[in-house]
Amino acid sequence: MAASPEYLTGDTVVRGGNAGPSADPQVTGEAASLVAGGRPRAGRRAGSRAVLGAIIPLALLALWWAASHLGWVPAFKLPTPESLVVAAIDLAQRGLLWEHIGISTQRVFLGFAIGAVVGLALGSLVGLSRLADGFLAATIGAARAVPSLAWVPLLILYLGFGEDSKVTLVAIGAVFPVYTTVAGALRHVDPHLVELGRAYGFHGVRLLFTVQLPAVIPAIVSGLRLALAQAWLFLVAAELLGSTMGLGFLLIESQNNGRIDRLFLAIIVLAILGKLSDALIGLLERALLTRWG
Amino acid sequence: MPSVTSVATAPALRVGLRGVGRSFPTDTGTSRVILQDVDLDVRPGEIVALLGPSGCGKSTLLRLISGLDQPGAGELQIDGAPVASVDQRCAVAFQEPRLLPWRSLEKNVELGLPRGTDRAEGSARVNELLSLVQLDHAAQLRPRQISGGMAQRASLARALARGPGVLLLDEPFGALDALTRLTMQDLLLNIHAAEPATIVLVTHDVDEALQLADRIVLLGTQEDHPGPSIRRILEVGKPRPRDRADPGIAILRAELLDLLGVETHHPENYITKAIKAQRAQRGS
Repeated sequence: MAASPEYLTGDTVVRGGNAGPSADPQVTGEAASLVAGGRPRAGRRAGSRAVLGAIIPLALLALWWAASHLGWVPAFKLPTPESLVVAAIDLAQRGLLWEHIGISTQRVFLGFAIGAVVGLALGSLVGLSRLADGFLAATIGAARAVPSLAWVPLLILYLGFGEDSKVTLVAIGAVFPVYTTVAGALRHVDPHLVELGRAYGFHGVRLLFTVQLPAVIPAIVSGLRLALAQAWLFLVAAELLGSTMGLGFLLIESQNNGRIDRLFLAIIVLAILGKLSDALIGLLERALLTRWG
Repeated sequence: MPSVTSVATAPALRVGLRGVGRSFPTDTGTSRVILQDVDLDVRPGEIVALLGPSGCGKSTLLRLISGLDQPGAGELQIDGAPVASVDQRCAVAFQEPRLLPWRSLEKNVELGLPRGTDRAEGSARVNELLSLVQLDHAAQLRPRQISGGMAQRASLARALARGPGVLLLDEPFGALDALTRLTMQDLLLNIHAAEPATIVLVTHDVDEALQLADRIVLLGTQEDHPGPSIRRILEVGKPRPRDRADPGIAILRAELLDLLGVETHHPENYITKAIKAQRAQRGS
């Protein structure tokens, strides 16, 4: 199978005919632009984006400061920004802030992980099998339509006030976004690629992991994103309605005690945690797309 | 030349078709006959081209041999044993390269290795095949980074990784530009010399069939038949590589184009006895 010299000449023609001057310089050119100018420019763009994104929060902070200090809003309705910092330091020194954050985060991630795995499994089943679709889709759709808070009394009755009921509720919140996006995306995987997989002897779970799931990675990631947002939503619902710890508990307790500063603190901490966990998914997305994209 | 590893190619296998037919149901409740009464024997190591107009059942026949589709009538055998559903003695290369976009070319070719191949042997085999199709410099590239010709070569390498006894090619160069197609035809002949599997090739390109095939099977409908079947089998009978300007080939081309109903604009004295006989037979 020694390639003849004539053949190598022919090869240049192949690539020349198809992709401009040659496919390889095109690739190296791309890489070179990344090394030469791409990074710093991208960095500057990210920097100016961060500045742009900070404008509204800073303006809100200024407005808040003015509103609380100049008496536009009575103090029992709006704490000053400083009092929030004081409240945060106070709670942190007594170890309570970390306890609330820790337990809430743990509930979210446990519930999210369970919900994501179940959602992925159900979504794969319904997305790939017509039988499973006919059998399960209506039932799952009905379960999804139940408002989150409607589960709470039932879960407390069955699982008690402990961690189980809260993690379960969070998992219920995380299941459906993953299920919906994965099932939908799997129905539209390029049938040519699926047939290719079959022609090369892949079927069932091996076909799923070799062809179908990698093909829907972007949909899986956006499903996970939505699921994580839902997980925080369901967490607060669970903690508001029956808990002795966690950020939702901090909210309801502060309201009952008139601690408006702690109430605001809890909201801001929830915003920060939500954004941070979403950024984690962003990192996961980048890793997945580098590997599979 | 790299030594042949222990994941060597399977010996070329014989393909036999007896009275093979296939029809699909239509919306109106009747059925449409795609293929009917196909009898064909492909010798081990032979290159057979399936030629014909669109919709004459070429691709269907290929899918039947590969076991991706099941016949409605007749029987198909490879090496004397019936074709299994998705028969692993075959490897298919499609008209589109169908590379998995998230895998490098190397990993795409690896997909073709038979299940349970030893890791080291498999990777040696993949490298060997990549250099056979002259992609060793592009092993780490992703499909979107390469040209159509390169993608099609990767697809061929993946099919060869099976170590197939029968290599089935469904218009493998149909989507390539004219020049690339010619180089790919030469490459296919090099590959066949190195890995002499039986090749069944679907094409609608008369010149491609003449350049590559030992025998050309012309598929199409005939007056006395409701569904497409074999109209004619032509033995090319010239050693390869073939001179693209060979006068004997030109005569075969004229004959094939005439059968396909294409006006060749040849001068009257060019029309051979064979074509005249052919026309007379059709006229009767």
